[in-house]
Amino acid sequence: MLKDITLGQFFPGNSIVHRIDPRFKLILTGLFIAIVFCAKTVAGYALVLGLLLFIVLNSRISPRLIFKSLKAIVVFVVFTAVLNLFFTSSETPWFQWRFITIGPEGVIFAVKMVLRIVFLITGTSMLTYTTSPIMLTDAIEQLFSPLKKLKLPIHELAMMMSIALRFIPTLIEETDKIMSAQRSRGADFDSGNLIRRARSLIPLLIPLFVSAFRRADELATAMESRCYRGGEGRSKYKVMKSAPRDYIALGLFVLVLAAVIVLGYFGIGRFGI
Amino acid sequence: MDAIIRTEKLKYSYDSEDAGVLRLALDGVDLEIERGSFTAILGHNGSGKSTLARHFNGIFLPLEGAVLVDGMNTADEEKLYEIRRKIGMVFQNPDNQIVASVVDEDVAFAPENLGLPREEIIRRVDSSLASVGMEEFRGHAPHLLSGGQKQRVAIAGVLAMRPECIVLDEPTAMLDPKGREEVLSTVTQLRKEYGMTVVIITHHMSEAARADRVVVLAKGKIHLDGTPREVLTNVEGLSEVGLEAPPSVRLILALRERGAHIPEIPLNDEECAAALCRWLASGKEGE
Repeated sequence: MLKDITLGQFFPGNSIVHRIDPRFKLILTGLFIAIVFCAKTVAGYALVLGLLLFIVLNSRISPRLIFKSLKAIVVFVVFTAVLNLFFTSSETPWFQWRFITIGPEGVIFAVKMVLRIVFLITGTSMLTYTTSPIMLTDAIEQLFSPLKKLKLPIHELAMMMSIALRFIPTLIEETDKIMSAQRSRGADFDSGNLIRRARSLIPLLIPLFVSAFRRADELATAMESRCYRGGEGRSKYKVMKSAPRDYIALGLFVLVLAAVIVLGYFGIGRFGI
Repeated sequence: MDAIIRTEKLKYSYDSEDAGVLRLALDGVDLEIERGSFTAILGHNGSGKSTLARHFNGIFLPLEGAVLVDGMNTADEEKLYEIRRKIGMVFQNPDNQIVASVVDEDVAFAPENLGLPREEIIRRVDSSLASVGMEEFRGHAPHLLSGGQKQRVAIAGVLAMRPECIVLDEPTAMLDPKGREEVLSTVTQLRKEYGMTVVIITHHMSEAARADRVVVLAKGKIHLDGTPREVLTNVEGLSEVGLEAPPSVRLILALRERGAHIPEIPLNDEECAAALCRWLASGKEGE
């Protein structure tokens, strides 16, 4: 059951979205977030939707998977929608009772917020769907390497991230084993109220922690035995190379960002009432 | 003798010095590992064999005495890097020594640490994976491999440093018989191909039998030292420290006691079967 968890899911593939240099993909994701927040008008939102559909279609990732990922945030989306619907002040309210106001402004705002969240989640998960975790940490290390001059431990952070990712499956496997071991001795993980359930996790977490520390110790010894001494003087086995398509994608995103800002500035295609 | 590793009156204790009584895990070990040799260090749990292994590349530093690798003292911090490059170390748990999420990236870890140029790293990754027969798994995730395969990847990761000597600390303890055989035949292959110096720490008699030299460690001291034939047929010497001679040795000695004439003492099952066949055949002729 635990094996179903796939943190920062990655779906291997060979589409153009997969092949874009992970460093560019990180920047593009940042640009995408900026685009979503700069979109203010109907036309702007349509443009964002268009861009998003363009990415999704080119990634060859089945839309079913994307809907599945959205299902996880349904509660959050509904909560946001309701909150905005009821608490946006309105000049021409349809309904008013104490502090609750429902009016056209609220409806528009709620729709905008919901769209925004859906765009953000879908857009940013395209990054993790199409980039292997290792490539991602490598990209982070390279992008942030100028910060090393400020004595920030960028290499160490990237190494920690990649080791954490490497050990997720190992630790999940171990959790499964410990759960089975505790169950066979009568432990009950699935019944009772929230507090009882949380308490029942203690005999699971303690052995897991103990073993994780032992693993960490052994791994550190093994790394030192293989001449690891931090990022200094280290060379790279896998080198990232940017291709023309990366620059084209970057240009496209910058263009969309500019368009969205212009549309918002001139109020073209404003949300009407 | 050209020794690649030499320990001189090596003492080590896990207790801190102010605790009063020092229980020595190693109690005056004098040992020389000859270049190009294949040595098995045999002992029970708590005999100090793993502790000894961890001195060979300076993971542990001696409490007293010294460990010299190619003439360099492991206590000399400046030489430590060079020592670790010469002595590759493979540990018991394959899961806890694989650093990367992809096989070839893990093998590249040591050469990356050495700061080698990229072309050289690629060459070493390819040749190391080929040496352990794992080329076809280069793009795989380590956690999807079997125990024996993971341990072979770990060996490849050490080979990529191009060490002069490889020390394996109970490399088969967590493996099933198939995985154990995979690892041992890989080690044998390395000996054949590169004539590499190998030290294997084990408590399996059958693994020790494959070496050229067997050192039995007990209570932190060297108890027996000799060829596998000398050591593994020394039933009394082994039983003194709670070890049992290989079954084939015990069988033949028991038959001899009952008057059977079997000239040689076999160290493994195949030799044993052959010896028994010869004995049975000669017995028939005698009738």
